Formats: sequence, structure tokens, C-alpha cells
Amino acid sequence: MTTLAVWKFASCDGCQLSLLDCEDELLAVADRVRIAHFPEATRATEPGPYDISLVEGSITTPGDARRIHEIRAMSRILITIGACATAGGVQALRNSADVAEYASVVYARPEYLDTLATSTPIAAHVDVDYELHGCPIDRGQLLETIGALLVGRKPDLPEHSVCFECKRRNNVCVVVAYGEPCLGPVTRAGCGAICPAFRRGCFGCFGPAERPNDEAEAALLESTGMSGPDIERMRRLFDPGTEPVGGTS
Amino acid sequence: MRTGDTAQLIDMTGLEALFGALHERDYTIVGPTVRDGTVTMAELETAAELPWGWAADTGPGHYRLRRRDDDAGFAHCAGPQSVKTFLHPPRARLWSADRTPDGVTTTGPEPPTKRYALVGVHPCDVAALAVLDRVLAHGEHPDPVYTARRDGTLVVTAECTEPGETCFCASMGTGPAATGGYDLALTELLDGGHRFLVRAGSPAGADLLERLPARPASPVDVAAADTAVQQAAATMPRRMPDGPLPELIAANRESPHWADVASRCLTCGNCTMVCPTCFCVSTTDVTDLTGEHAERWRQWDSCFSVDFSYVHGGPVRASGASRYRQWISHKLGTWHEQFGMSGCVGCGRCIAWCPAGIDITREAAALAGEPS
Repeated sequence: MTTLAVWKFASCDGCQLSLLDCEDELLAVADRVRIAHFPEATRATEPGPYDISLVEGSITTPGDARRIHEIRAMSRILITIGACATAGGVQALRNSADVAEYASVVYARPEYLDTLATSTPIAAHVDVDYELHGCPIDRGQLLETIGALLVGRKPDLPEHSVCFECKRRNNVCVVVAYGEPCLGPVTRAGCGAICPAFRRGCFGCFGPAERPNDEAEAALLESTGMSGPDIERMRRLFDPGTEPVGGTS
Repeated sequence: MRTGDTAQLIDMTGLEALFGALHERDYTIVGPTVRDGTVTMAELETAAELPWGWAADTGPGHYRLRRRDDDAGFAHCAGPQSVKTFLHPPRARLWSADRTPDGVTTTGPEPPTKRYALVGVHPCDVAALAVLDRVLAHGEHPDPVYTARRDGTLVVTAECTEPGETCFCASMGTGPAATGGYDLALTELLDGGHRFLVRAGSPAGADLLERLPARPASPVDVAAADTAVQQAAATMPRRMPDGPLPELIAANRESPHWADVASRCLTCGNCTMVCPTCFCVSTTDVTDLTGEHAERWRQWDSCFSVDFSYVHGGPVRASGASRYRQWISHKLGTWHEQFGMSGCVGCGRCIAWCPAGIDITREAAALAGEPS
């Protein structure tokens, strides 16, 4: 039977919980894969190698940087799950700041910390076979990917904008009809356009869509009344690698 | 067209009676109503749900509901979706397959459970239905999902008497007057009492009209309806450039203007999704976790997606400029060659619902060298 391992790095565990949240499908999953390593769910652990590894979290310590190579070596297919693992996560905001200064402000004894200056995605360290984006990931995409791998087909993981999903589920555009700032036009689909369905602008947790036009998006956000610095903050929250957009603020 | 001897007049009671007659005939009525801060097409039970007293202010990348100072029910434009949503649904299951002891059994697509009466559709959207009919029903390979929904659909159009800021149907020859493709045509009249001129455009429409509490329209009513529609055409703020658009597009294949549009274009696909004639889809196969059940779904797709033109190792249209050019070239140009008609009906949705406010009439005018 196909073996599945679930691993955690710097993260909140929310994406692992998405797997446990598959309540209706969990028994079907358990029928088809043997969960060999999943500390969030069970202390019982089987030694590797594993057919499929789901990796949550970003690399933030020297220990992480070593451990991810061991996991890669034990895994036939490695899938990163969530914004931390695929993009560095919210904690990658440190990448453009001084970690030592942060640590001195937050911790009484910062010298006890052994941390890297950056929070980086898994793919910056090892080869990754599939990436599931989002904060948290979409349950449907997780099941789609596991189901696809079990029968040997390519998982359906679109790279186009969230706008496609908004229109397909008959959401009204929050930018056009309500003047709400929204990152949907430059954000990768996959969530099912949840936030706009509740009249909230997309905040980009799935990361950039294929070939986003950042200049045009900045102009759109400005038209809703956002300032240049706010636009940069909004863009960087889940896309820490984004470069400042010039000439719009 | 609007001749005195065939036009009838109904009032609000007559409109309620129309809803009643449609329900009696087991139609699911789809019409405009206020929902989520827009006037949108939705399933309706009664005429009271129509957007009485509401209008929409539209502009490039802009849509806001506005209270009117009268009770008009059909004076709105460019809603967030067209009737395409009902006849060419965003997602449809084409078939499903199950592994059985004897092999594999397949079923589908499921026949629709509803027969629609589309009420209060403006002439631009009736023209869009004719485009979808040509593309999806009258080609060599009719689309079973569309034809199953379209066959037996009844159309009650409402002539446009108040075009919006983003409308340009007059220059596309698709409105504001109803000239065909409908079973019944309404023209809303407000001065001198809220009433509707009604004309039948088919035997089914004539049969319905006979059962409504109607009286023959007077020449005054007919003239008032004529004037209202003519005024709508005369005051329409936008238009496409003069001259044949296919030639204009073909002559500008290498225009630097495509790069200019691309600098503003988000390639988000909203224009194609709200377009009442954009019909492109992609198909996806899904399997469940047991591996014993598979389904093929299709969903709206868009030429603005990079994946859409992916063939053998890469996308044919990688740049935003090439994707925008593809859309407008097909819509205004090669559609004629392919289907013998324009793909654009001038409804203005792609202008209003473009988050970046890109205006197809301005881009076409720029290609034509007209001052903007």
C-alpha cells in the first residue's frame, strides 16, 4: 500500500489540520494509503522510505536546512503544502528586516536562539514534485492531488487568477461593484474564491498567479484608495519575494 | 415592426399574469433582480422581484447600483453575468464512469431539470443568444450541454430605453430595439402610467400574449415606445469605430498598441467570463480516492490564461499583449470568418467588469487612429 508521511517545519500546523479536516474522505484516504509518519495525528511512526511526503512549513533554522535533505532522500514524491512551505510564509517578512534586532526585542535571552536570517521555501533547498499553495491549503486540492497520484494521473492545479473562480461561482467582483482592494487578479486560483464570496477582497494567500502584472495591480489597488506603502505590505504578506513596484505611489 | 395592429398593452397586473402563465407552463423564470449590490439575472418567483426603481451606474471598471426617481424595472445595464450562465453553465459534468465487474459503465451528461423562461433580457443579450446558438448549436458538432438547455427556452426581451455609460449596442447593430430572437418583446413606458407595450415574436409568444389581460396599444403608446427606444440609441455614449472591424484588426496585427494595452491588462480573464458570447471551456478528468469512479468536467476557460494556449512544451501566447490581441482579434475580427457574424454585441460588460477599466471601444478606436 502507498505510504504517506507528513512533516512539519516553521508553520502553524493549519495545513496538516486540513488533512485531518477531510472527515468525510478520511476513511477513503486511510483505505488507500498507509499513514506511516504523521506526528500531528499519531505517535506511531514507521521508518522510511515513503511514497509520498507532505511537507508543511518553511526553513528557518540550520537544523531545518539539514533535516529537509534527509526527508527528500526518504521520499519518492515530495509535495509542499501551504504558503510557508511554498513561499516562506508570513515569517518570511523577516527576510527584509534584521533578525538579530527582532530577536533582541522579542526574547529575554536571544542567544538561546539558533535561527537563520531568512525564512525560505522548501523548493529553495531540495527538489519539490508538487506545490499546494494557500494559507491554509485547500482541502479539495489536497484530495485531488493524493487521488491523482494514486491512479497515476497529473493533478489539476491551475495557475490562472482567482478571478476565474469568482466568475465560475457567480461572485460579484468586489473591486468593480464595491471598491474593495483585491489581489484576486494576480493571485493563483485554487481556493474557490472564498474571500470574495463573502465580499472580502482576496489577500493573496495562494501567492502569485502565472505571470502577474504587478504594475497594473498596483494601479488597481491605488484606485481603491490604498497608499503605496500599504500596497507593498499587502503584496509582501504572502509573496515575500515581490519587488517594489516603481512609479505608482 | 412596432405596428399598432399587433402591439398590445399590459400593466403591472398583466406582468404578474405573465409570470403566472409561465409558471403554469412549468417554466423556471430567470430575470433581473437586485442581489449583492447589483442587478443580476437570477431565478424569480414573482414580478415583484424585478429591480423596480433601480438603475446601475457603470463606467470602465466601475459598477454601482443607484436608486431611481421612478419605478422603472428594466432600466439597468451590464450586470455582472448574462444568461450565458444558465444555458452554457460555468461547470458541467460531461460524463462519469464506474468500474464494474463487467468493465466500465459511463453515464451522462445529465439532462437539465429546468426549462427556462428568460424574462427582461435586453436586446444586446438576445443578440448574444443568437451568437451562442450559431457557435454551440448550429455548427457541425452541436454541444449537448447547451442545446439541452437552449431547446424550449422562452425569451421575453425588454427593449432598452436607458443605455448605460458602457453601452455601445447601437454601433454593433444589436439594440436598443428588439428586432428578433424573442418570443415576446416588452417596451416599458413610464409617462402617463406604468405600462408595457408587448409584441409577440413567435407562435409561443402569441399564445402567451392571448392569455394576458391586455388591450390593443394605441398609436400614442406605440409612438411613445418608438421614441423611447430611438432616444436610447441617440444618447448611447460609446460606439465602435466606423468601418469593417475585421479589416481594422487584421491591418493592425503588429501594432505597438497591443503592448500599450498589455501594460494595463491584468490578464485576469474577467472580460471573457462576463462576455455573453465567450464560450471557451477546458475539460478536466477527476478520479475519486478509490480509483473506481472517474468524471469528466468542463468549465469556462479563457484565452487570457497561459495554460489555455499550452501545446507541447509551452504556451503559444506567453505575453499579455498576445493574449489580449487574441481575444479582441477573435471577438471583433476572425469571428466573422468563422461564424459569419461579430462576436461582440456591445453590451459593455467587458468594460464595466474589467478591474483595470480597459475599454474595448477605446482600444479599437486607438487601432483605428481615432483621437481618444
